[in-house]
Amino acid sequence: MWRDAMLVCGKDLRIELRTRVLLWQVVPFGILTLVLFALALGPSATELRQGAPGLLWLALLFAAVLATTRSAGIEAPEGTRSSIRLLGLDAGGVFLGKAAALAVQLLAIAVVLEVGLLVFFHVGAVRLGIASPLELCALAALAAVGTLYGAVVAGTDVAGTLLPLLVLPALAPVLIAGEKGTAAVLAGGGPGRWAIILLVMAVAYLGVGTLLYGALEEPS
Amino acid sequence: MAPAVTLRAVVALLGQFPVLAGVDLDVEEGSVVGVLGPNGAGKTSLLLLAAGLLAVRSGTGTVLGCDLCGDRADLRAQVGLLGHSPALYPELSAAENLRFGLRALRRPAGDATAALELVGLTGRLATTPARTLSAGQSRRMGLAWLLARRPALWLLDEPHAGLDVAGRDLCDGVIEQAGAAGATVLLSSHDPERTAKISNQVVQLAGGAVVAVSEGQRPTRVA
Repeated sequence: MWRDAMLVCGKDLRIELRTRVLLWQVVPFGILTLVLFALALGPSATELRQGAPGLLWLALLFAAVLATTRSAGIEAPEGTRSSIRLLGLDAGGVFLGKAAALAVQLLAIAVVLEVGLLVFFHVGAVRLGIASPLELCALAALAAVGTLYGAVVAGTDVAGTLLPLLVLPALAPVLIAGEKGTAAVLAGGGPGRWAIILLVMAVAYLGVGTLLYGALEEPS
Repeated sequence: MAPAVTLRAVVALLGQFPVLAGVDLDVEEGSVVGVLGPNGAGKTSLLLLAAGLLAVRSGTGTVLGCDLCGDRADLRAQVGLLGHSPALYPELSAAENLRFGLRALRRPAGDATAALELVGLTGRLATTPARTLSAGQSRRMGLAWLLARRPALWLLDEPHAGLDVAGRDLCDGVIEQAGAAGATVLLSSHDPERTAKISNQVVQLAGGAVVAVSEGQRPTRVA
C-alpha cells in the first residue's frame, strides 16, 4: 500500500509541476481572496489582526476546493479511470498517495497565504510558526476529505459544481477548529486541544478514506 | 486448449440500459477473436466486461479462470485494454505514462523505451505530453503500453481506428506477435476483411447478443 501511495503521490506532483495549475490559478486565487478580505475589513491594524485567523482558514478552504477539484480531475477521464483499475494498485494506497500530493500542494498554498497574513494583517511570524503543527493536522484533514469526495463525484457530469457543494459542509469542522486554534495561538496561547482535535479528525478522515476509496472507485 | 473466456447468457447494464443481453461466447486460450457489429451492438461493453470493468447482472462468466461474478481484482491485473481514449495521463509523456504503469505492475520501467521504439514513438514523440500526440500516435502509445505490459488477455477496442496504413499493418503485426506468444486477443472492429485476416474466429454482435460465429483466416496454433 505504501509503495503504491508513493507512486501515486509522485505522479500527481509531477503532473502539477508540469501543468502548474497550483502556481498560476490556485495560489493567485488564494492571495486575491486574502487581499479582498483585507480591503473589506479596512485599514485598522487591530481589526485585521483579529480577523486574520478566520480569513486565513476561509481563504485556505476556498483554495483547497479548487486544488481538490483539480486533483480529482486528474483521475476523472474514463480512459484514465479504466486504465488505473487495470494496474492492480491498492485502493488505499491510491487514496493515501492522492491525499499526500494534495496535502503538499495545500501546504504550499498555506505558506503563501501566511506570508500574505504577515504583510496585510500585521500578524507575528513567530506566532504563526507556533501554529504550524495545528495547521499540518488541518491540512491533512482537508486533503483526506477532498480526496474522498473527489472520488465520490468523479465520473459525473457535474463534478465541478457538485464537489464544492459536498466538500464545504464536510470541511466546516476543520475550518472551525483551525480558526479557533490559530486564534488561540495568535492571542499568545498554544495550539492545545484544537491541535489534538484536528489530529483526531485527520487520522479519522484518512482512515475512513483508506477503507472506502476502493468501493467508491469500483464501477457498479 | 483451455478456454480463456467463457460467457453464458451474460447480461450487463449501463445505467438501466442492457448493453449485453444474453451473450454466449467461448474464446480459446492463445486465439485471436474478432468482434464485429454495428454501432451500439455491445462490442465495447463486451471488452469492458472481459476486463472486469463492467459487472455481470445475470448469467455466468469466467475470464482467465476468474469468476466475473466474484472479485475481479485478480483478473484486472492480467488483462490489457486498448480503449477509445488514450490510456493513463495526458499531461505526462508517453514514456512517463508507460514507466508509471510498469512501476505500478512492479515490472522494470526500462521496458517502456523498448516498447515505444517498437511502435515508432521515439525522440520527442516519447517525451512530449501525451495530449499533444495525434490520434494515431496515441493509438501507438496504447499499443506500446500493451507490448510493455504483456498481458495474458489483450482487449483491443477498434485498434485500427485513427492509424495510417503503416500503423494498421504495425497493429496487425503486434496482434500476431501477441497471439504467437500465447496471449489471447479479443478485438472489436468495423473492418470485416482485416478482422477475418488476423483472427482465428470472428464473432458477430447485434443488440447486445452474439448472432453469428465464423472461422477466421488466421491459422490455428497447434498445441
